[in-house]
Amino acid sequence: MAMVYENTKSLLDVPTHYCPGCTHGTIHKLVGEVMDELGILDKTIGVAPVGCSVLAYNYFACDMFQAAHGRAPAVGTGIKRTNPDKVVFTYQGDGDLAAIGTAEIVHAAARGENITSIFVNNCIYGMTGGQMAPTTLPGQITETSPYGRNVKTEGHPIRVSEMISTLDGACYVERVSVDTVPNILKAKKAIKKAFQNQLDGKGFSMIEVLSICPTNWGLTPSESMQWLKDKMIPYYPLGIKKDSTGEVK
Amino acid sequence: MQKVTFREERCKGCGHCIAVCPKKIISFADKLNVKGYHPATVTDEKMDQCVSCASCARICPDCVITVQK
Amino acid sequence: MGQKVLMKGNEAIGEAAIRANCKAFFGYPITPQTEVAAYMAKKMPKIGGTFIQAESEVSAINMVYGAAGTGVRCMTSSSSPGISLKAEGISYIAGAELPCVIVNIVRGGPGLGSIQPAQSDYFQATKGGAHGDFNMPVFAPASIQEMVDLIQEAFDVADMYTTPCMVMGDGMIGQMMEPVEFKERVARELPEKTWASNGLGDRKEHNVINSLYLQPEDLEQHNIHLQEKYAVIKKNEVKYELFNCESECDLILVAYGTTSRICKNTIKMAEAEGIKLGLVRPITLWPFPVEAFEKTVDMTKNGYVSVEMSCGQMVEDVRLAVNGRKPVDFYGRSGGMVPDPTDILNAVKAIVGGVK
Repeated sequence: MAMVYENTKSLLDVPTHYCPGCTHGTIHKLVGEVMDELGILDKTIGVAPVGCSVLAYNYFACDMFQAAHGRAPAVGTGIKRTNPDKVVFTYQGDGDLAAIGTAEIVHAAARGENITSIFVNNCIYGMTGGQMAPTTLPGQITETSPYGRNVKTEGHPIRVSEMISTLDGACYVERVSVDTVPNILKAKKAIKKAFQNQLDGKGFSMIEVLSICPTNWGLTPSESMQWLKDKMIPYYPLGIKKDSTGEVK
Repeated sequence: MQKVTFREERCKGCGHCIAVCPKKIISFADKLNVKGYHPATVTDEKMDQCVSCASCARICPDCVITVQK
Repeated sequence: MGQKVLMKGNEAIGEAAIRANCKAFFGYPITPQTEVAAYMAKKMPKIGGTFIQAESEVSAINMVYGAAGTGVRCMTSSSSPGISLKAEGISYIAGAELPCVIVNIVRGGPGLGSIQPAQSDYFQATKGGAHGDFNMPVFAPASIQEMVDLIQEAFDVADMYTTPCMVMGDGMIGQMMEPVEFKERVARELPEKTWASNGLGDRKEHNVINSLYLQPEDLEQHNIHLQEKYAVIKKNEVKYELFNCESECDLILVAYGTTSRICKNTIKMAEAEGIKLGLVRPITLWPFPVEAFEKTVDMTKNGYVSVEMSCGQMVEDVRLAVNGRKPVDFYGRSGGMVPDPTDILNAVKAIVGGVK
């Protein structure tokens, strides 16, 4: 018998607090598997956000930081600039990165910080109980858009990957999804590229991962995957938004 | 031969593995695990149909599943 | 080194930090401390250190959190409104027990205020500086030489107790120029930073830099631990100067920083008029030098006057220390106005009467 799939060594073998079906667990595994495959566990430092994944520092086996809301890219900058031989990743949700943390992600990308940013987009604020996020879709009902997001009063959602891809300091930006196994494999490839870019000293990489929130969407895990496919992907198209890693600097 | 193993105490009964299994051989067990969920499982009868594609293991958010060939 | 150099306060801050082995500086321009950032921008690349002009003071303090959490000596500096922006970050640094130095060159407030010197951030600095039960050592130099010495001391105290430390000057100290000597320092024996989250390496257990304790029992234990640490700092790290208090005084002035120098002028002027004034000069604002008041409370006929460039902040700690044994008064200027020694003397005379 040959092993086809076993759990990554880069995640601690502990149960997580995430809701049933929450794809944070899936995304954590992808990051862990990439750390295994690149052999970088012993020199990686991860930065956890404020949000459902605040406790990521209990799940990743590498050295971790818990950062203030939105500030992970700044914390990551402080870590990486003073420890350039280490691998630094940030892991943020849509409130953390696209609301309070917009300045930090934009400027880390603009400065071309040689770090890897994982952005988990599930169109809602999970941890605080389902409020509107900068990524909430028009018409989407949340606790703070109880009549459905009205673009006249609540504005339009932000396509972060497209926004970040306009910055010269960003070398690689891709949006992926974890709703199907083929998409999960593509997401892993993107995350691996984002870490490899850092190892190659190429600059700032960000992978936006479309994700589900069954609890706050009020759907079953399976229904949530369908909602992601039907509603999120049309608004947030998958694919590479920026790739300047082939260019000679 | 157990091609796919489930750590039942970790399962949260989310059903993603059931949805992605191409052979449709995963189901919720009748029993409850320590968390109060019906854990996902593949019965002995259905195990032979497993093709070790590991789709279930890849999507599982809770590191429940190990796959061998 | 033994050699004296004429330096501007803000630049001396940078040089002192570099001599203290500061490896990273994260800052943002704000008057009257921008020269610190400019100096570090020039010098850090030359010594293989890190300089970043962050996008905001918020970002800068979070960069400090990151670098400090990997065990690297690092610093940020700002002025009043920028320090307010750093508040959350400072609380995180204190809660996660990280060492770092934060320089505040105080300007008039509240709000955007003025760019002139002030001492109106005393409350903010000494009562923790942000949310939660915590304190940080606050050093208040009265000269550029003292600024240089205290910056280096602050890095050691920060490492010794894994705590943020603040060095608080004012716009006057930041902008003036005085001769400075960078002396050889006796190094403290500092604990190894085994807690640093700088990559597993050979370690079996990962390190986590964190201030979240969701279980109240755990957070209470953490707070008890922090308070025990602060008790040790209070016991060991108090600094103050007693000036002209060896024999009985008509009145004792209490002042720090620039104001203390003006008070020393007032003391000379008062002597000529037959009034004996003493000075208690806190050098650490936290821990507050309660001991200085124990030593002098019986030496002053008419109590104390707290002289500040504010509407009266340190005076509350003076009152607490004196504990009702003698009168405590206040004289101050605010909004960036600098007190005149004659005006201070007039305030003194209003309390003790005229020429003897």
